[in-house]
Amino acid sequence: MPAPVITAQKLTKKYGDFTAVDGIDFEVAPGESFGLLGPNGAGKSTTMRMVGAVSTRTSGDLQILGLDPNDHGPDIRSQLGVVPQQDNLDQELRVRDNLLVYGRYFGLPRSVIAERADALLEFAQLADRTKAKVDDLSGGMKRRLTIARALINEPRILLLDEPTTGLDPQARHILWDRLFRLKEQGTTLVLTTHYMDEAEQLCDRLVVVDKGRIMAEGSPAALIREYSSKEVLEVRFGSDKNAEAAEKLKGIGERLEVLPDRILVYSANGEAELERITHLGLEPITSLVRRSSLEDVFLRLTGRSLIE
Amino acid sequence: MTAAPSTSTSASRPLGRQRSALYAGNTGAVIRRGLLATRSTNYLVVLSGFFEPVFYLLSLGIGFGALVGSVQTSTGQEVPYAAFIAPALLAVSAMNGAVYDSTWNVFFKLNYSKLYQGMLTTSLGPLDVALGEIFLALLRGAMYAVGFMVVMQLFGLNLAWTALLALPAVLLIAFGFASLGMAITSYMKTFQQIEWVTFIMLPMFLFSATFYPITVYPEPIQWLIQALPLWHGVELVRGLTTGALSGMMLVHVGYYLVMIAIGIVFTTNRLRALFLK
Repeated sequence: MPAPVITAQKLTKKYGDFTAVDGIDFEVAPGESFGLLGPNGAGKSTTMRMVGAVSTRTSGDLQILGLDPNDHGPDIRSQLGVVPQQDNLDQELRVRDNLLVYGRYFGLPRSVIAERADALLEFAQLADRTKAKVDDLSGGMKRRLTIARALINEPRILLLDEPTTGLDPQARHILWDRLFRLKEQGTTLVLTTHYMDEAEQLCDRLVVVDKGRIMAEGSPAALIREYSSKEVLEVRFGSDKNAEAAEKLKGIGERLEVLPDRILVYSANGEAELERITHLGLEPITSLVRRSSLEDVFLRLTGRSLIE
Repeated sequence: MTAAPSTSTSASRPLGRQRSALYAGNTGAVIRRGLLATRSTNYLVVLSGFFEPVFYLLSLGIGFGALVGSVQTSTGQEVPYAAFIAPALLAVSAMNGAVYDSTWNVFFKLNYSKLYQGMLTTSLGPLDVALGEIFLALLRGAMYAVGFMVVMQLFGLNLAWTALLALPAVLLIAFGFASLGMAITSYMKTFQQIEWVTFIMLPMFLFSATFYPITVYPEPIQWLIQALPLWHGVELVRGLTTGALSGMMLVHVGYYLVMIAIGIVFTTNRLRALFLK
């Protein structure tokens, strides 16, 4: 197996008394697409900043491309592409100039940057907007430009912090498509997200983080197999009757999860469980059988939902 | 070329020499960015800062000066009133340009456009950013000052050939104010705090032996004025445009060199503390 591009051991970040990242261990292999899945405030962004060599760890070990960010910050940063949670495009520059100027920050020759900029604008589907002002771009376009910008130095690792947060569904799908292409070309992706569908689509392997700790690790499919059932039956009885109904549902399915607005029944066969429920004389207002998702994994591990 | 990098092509890239964590030797990229960005600048706002000292020169120097006659400089030379205040206003124009840019503009880039944050996720170091941004502020001060020198020449207020040396002198003054201005701005949290800078600059402008000799003050006040940066700039430039060179000029130059160094050190450390911790 090739040497990992990122190795974190007992990685910890404290701000005063608050521990944002609490001794996490993970490795990322070259070409892998690795995700940190967790709710807001789980320590994902802090971890990304430490990996991006713009935040100093409090303790533990961290190696990026074989280098310690404490000693080799600029060397590491020159080989990373960073897509921050909030776009920080240069508003005073036009679309193509954003790429040219950013390339200069890495000290790259002008001719190389110009060639890459054109190819990247094509890739980001912005080739017809080269002279546009950044402010006039839509949210999805800004995100794609930020990604194009992060690729100008041909990074060995692309860091994406919540890449599709705040985008509408269509813009998200376009972005996923672009990121998937990068993955196919062998770019190492490290991304944080609190969207389970995003993690399922893009990550080969992920860690579930909560309160600065890693709760579980594996591929999306393996995590679902390990921590959830094949199917989930969602039933609603109305918010005031859910708790009462849950009492009667005991023994149905492998496991029950009672949420304020609905009850989740975990089972290999959701339809069969629904039949048993109707046999008990209970009549849910709505019912839905679906595949288990990472959301269920998270719920199982932490007792809470991802998006609160 | 593929649109995106693959690890296979870039994995072989050597790491190269080890860069310093503070400085990548790439200040030029920051300066070029600034020059490119000025294309979208509102030039009316930029120009207003230039006209301010010109208006003072016209109203006080030419108008009010007709009542005053001549004034004695600190080296004992009798000069027309307009020629007395013009070099002071020249120093002020260098100060104004440098301070506007290093306070308002820097504050915006620091806190709202997240420009420096973005720059420091690349291989740029905080010293590259500090030097580049200070240079841009210096440039604005220098532009005002050069423009003002032309005005002085038109009114015949450059009294000696040494006035040419006022050009490097105003660069030094602009550098000092740009450097210290950016350092101070990097500690500010709100726009209100920047108003304080304006509040301090106005009395410094009015009382730094700009419009009358410092000897009108009682001695303790003189000491206070001489501790402030503008007085050193005014005296330096006035000596050069009136052709009265003196050993004190070295002190004035030294004052600005220290100011520049302090500003750069504080700005660099502050940028590192803000964005690389």
